[in-house]
Amino acid sequence: MTRAPHSDRERQEMLAAIGVARLEDLFADIPEEVRFPALDLPPALSEMELAAELRRLAARNDSLEDGPSFLGAGSYRHFIPATVDDVLQRGEFYTAYTPYQPELSQGMLQAMFEYQSMICRLTGMEVSNASHYDGATSLAEAVLLALNAAKGDRSRIVLSPSVHPHYREVVATYLRGLDAEQVVPGDRSVAARDLAAHVDGDTAALVIQTPNFFGRLEDLDGLAEAVHAKGALLIVLADPISLGLFRPPGALGADVVVADGQPLGISPSFGGPSLGIFATRRAHVRQLATREQHIRRARATSNICTNSALGALAAATYLATLGRQGLRRVAELCHHKAHYAAARLGEIPGLSVSPDAPDAPFFKEFVLELPHPAAEVNARLRTEHGITGGYDLGRACPGWENRMLIAVTETNSRAEIDALVSALRRLTA
Amino acid sequence: MDQPTLYEQSVPGRVGVALPDCDVPQSALPQHLIRDDNGLPELSEQQVVRHYLRLSQRNFGVDTGFYPLGSCTMKHNPRIGEQMARLPGFAALHPLQDEAAAQGALELMFELQEALKEIGGFDAVALQPTAGAQGELTALLMMRAWHAARGEGDRDEVLIPDTAHGTNPASASMAGCVAVEIPSNPRGGVDLAALRAACSDRVVGIMLTNPNTLGLFEEEIGAVAGIVHGCGGLVYGDGANMNALTGIARPGELGIDLMHFNLHKTFATPHGGGGPGAGPLGARADLAPFLPAPIVHHVADDDRYTLASPPSSIGRMSAFNGNFGMFVRAYAYLRGLGAEGLHRNAMHAVLNANYLRVGLRGDYPLPYDRTCMHEFVCEGRPTGSEVRAIDVSKRLMDFGMHPPTNYFPLTVPEALMIEPTESETKATLDAFVAAMRDIAREARETPELLREAPHATPVRRLDEVRAARDLILCEPRAGEA
Repeated sequence: MTRAPHSDRERQEMLAAIGVARLEDLFADIPEEVRFPALDLPPALSEMELAAELRRLAARNDSLEDGPSFLGAGSYRHFIPATVDDVLQRGEFYTAYTPYQPELSQGMLQAMFEYQSMICRLTGMEVSNASHYDGATSLAEAVLLALNAAKGDRSRIVLSPSVHPHYREVVATYLRGLDAEQVVPGDRSVAARDLAAHVDGDTAALVIQTPNFFGRLEDLDGLAEAVHAKGALLIVLADPISLGLFRPPGALGADVVVADGQPLGISPSFGGPSLGIFATRRAHVRQLATREQHIRRARATSNICTNSALGALAAATYLATLGRQGLRRVAELCHHKAHYAAARLGEIPGLSVSPDAPDAPFFKEFVLELPHPAAEVNARLRTEHGITGGYDLGRACPGWENRMLIAVTETNSRAEIDALVSALRRLTA
Repeated sequence: MDQPTLYEQSVPGRVGVALPDCDVPQSALPQHLIRDDNGLPELSEQQVVRHYLRLSQRNFGVDTGFYPLGSCTMKHNPRIGEQMARLPGFAALHPLQDEAAAQGALELMFELQEALKEIGGFDAVALQPTAGAQGELTALLMMRAWHAARGEGDRDEVLIPDTAHGTNPASASMAGCVAVEIPSNPRGGVDLAALRAACSDRVVGIMLTNPNTLGLFEEEIGAVAGIVHGCGGLVYGDGANMNALTGIARPGELGIDLMHFNLHKTFATPHGGGGPGAGPLGARADLAPFLPAPIVHHVADDDRYTLASPPSSIGRMSAFNGNFGMFVRAYAYLRGLGAEGLHRNAMHAVLNANYLRVGLRGDYPLPYDRTCMHEFVCEGRPTGSEVRAIDVSKRLMDFGMHPPTNYFPLTVPEALMIEPTESETKATLDAFVAAMRDIAREARETPELLREAPHATPVRRLDEVRAARDLILCEPRAGEA
């Protein structure tokens, strides 16, 4: 592991130049009673031993490469072209920091400009920032933007109950210190367009997700107009892969479009790092300005400093490699395979696909109702069939213990889907 | 731009990667929801690879050369961390995977929590915050929740020294607090009289960076903590400068109640051109119940690891488990060094900074010319010259080095904040001093050479004020203005 590279002689020369005898003499300002604690940490490992230890830990995890997986719910297995990691491993990019000195950062600045351009086109929006931490924090900042835009006159944020439950938790955390409340009306099967009725004169924004947490594609026609009529903003949380195929929220009047960028060439990595996509209208551009806290300090519109530049670079490389046709193709494959899986699973007696909205369009995920608790079914899928099942909805939605959220992407072969179908047929017989 | 943009290189019909045929029956698409054109460019794989390679050649990283950007700790990023983070068992692990099938990841997170507790002197650590600034916000929300639980939820003032990073007051505002600035004393530390005067039953706490952004250890840390605790406030540590203290002193033993770590600084995870980072938070026992969720616990009975939410948690700060990929890299760094290696690295970070400080003496005014920690601040106007810090910075680029942090902290005129880190060789440090001395001579003899710098970079000096005023954030579509 990297250690200070000085030889003893060099170190002595340096200490002499400074005018001290020993390294320890440089720490006289530190109270003696707490100086140089003996840290109780595991002994140092050589690089070879370290690699063995980390391989041991990695081997104790079931990765998405170990077998069929239908787990999504906000993090997805999508194909990552080889170009992405090739670009990410350029030391000039990943060992740089924020482009404080533009003359030495033209490469990253151009890459971010191109990222923003592609995000604007994909979302149908006018401006994009250079990234946020992840989709959930992008959403929280979008909510803060709406509250700021209302200049303190509006204090309600209406969130669709079909926004990802973890994202709703993050928004709630970000609102803790502020005079604002989060309202989640209706039941989980409510359609986004029916939420406009909950927007009133005190509402700063309506937040909807499409495809929503349960996979359903929301129909946004007329929704923005209804929200704007009440003086509020429409914030749309989207799946970036779906934007390769479906009409963008920007074309339907959304004021802010946010998304988690993990599907765009970023490995799931147990949940992070990801990429927060954030795009809006030119009218709100001054609220995007970041990295200005050293000047504006308490008046800055956000505290974000380090963001997810490398994630944005991964997404840009992914989008450039797939291009117009490739991203559309990935989205089509997700759609067809998810629909095939839904149709096959729907044939199994006792199982029900999208029980609350059987006719609503969906994209790459859908709800599957089982005769047994999803947790039990998943455990048997994993141990008896080597399949990672869908997300156990009982973990986030009380009362839905017998439901799972099945995610199907372009990476799931027909054979994998058929294996899931036959396994579930046996497990629920 | 010398390198054409992706859109300028796009030709209709190109695809950079082949995708599989559809192996299932196709289903009808909901035509009313379908778009005609998603607006992405169309390039070949070779075009994409060449494009980004050329862009990378127009960028400067730690791998390129010396990068003494103060308060950012631009140390070497060990390659083993990169390699390990890419193991499928980590990189291809789903965040909602059944805990029984993610025990290795949870064990790694637990061990990282334990190591950070030991290094920081804290009773608990949450890994969830995704960057330092998010760690600050997390801490402030916890501090408010702690006060509220004691019936003092009205406290809303946050004391912030004038040398603090700008994210501190910005985070205070996001937490619904009022930032109250505390001036520095002539030695660069917190002015205790001003601190006493600002303390009241309105105070949530103080945000203290130690060593501060002048690179000075807060000598009166005990008194500062005593005064703030005396009015019922809490002491929050901004751990941005922890690279000076790892194995040197535990913040938790210096009176700091909670503190975020920057894994992308102290623990050598790469800065990524501006992230991702990671900002784990350490806390004293009575603050631990408010930590963000989730935290990894070890269940001794059946030797397994599990995620759980602290009882009075302020909630989630990000969608899943924090920036796990950074945990792998930081853990590799910790295990590769052990206690002795961490201690040695901190000592050498301080040695290198002091070596540069005395090396610049005489040519660059040093407002606080005393033993510094991992960084120091000089005035970027060489003695006997009229140039500005920005001119020195831009000229340094011509010597193949990245400039120090400019114009920060705000308390020093023409500030250059210099942090060499422990990973650089003496030869590099000597080359930096030689370059800075050359530049000081040029500043006196041929100042126009500095004012027109840089001369050897891919582009000449850029007008950042104009760029911030006339924002162009997206490439216009063909036919648009």
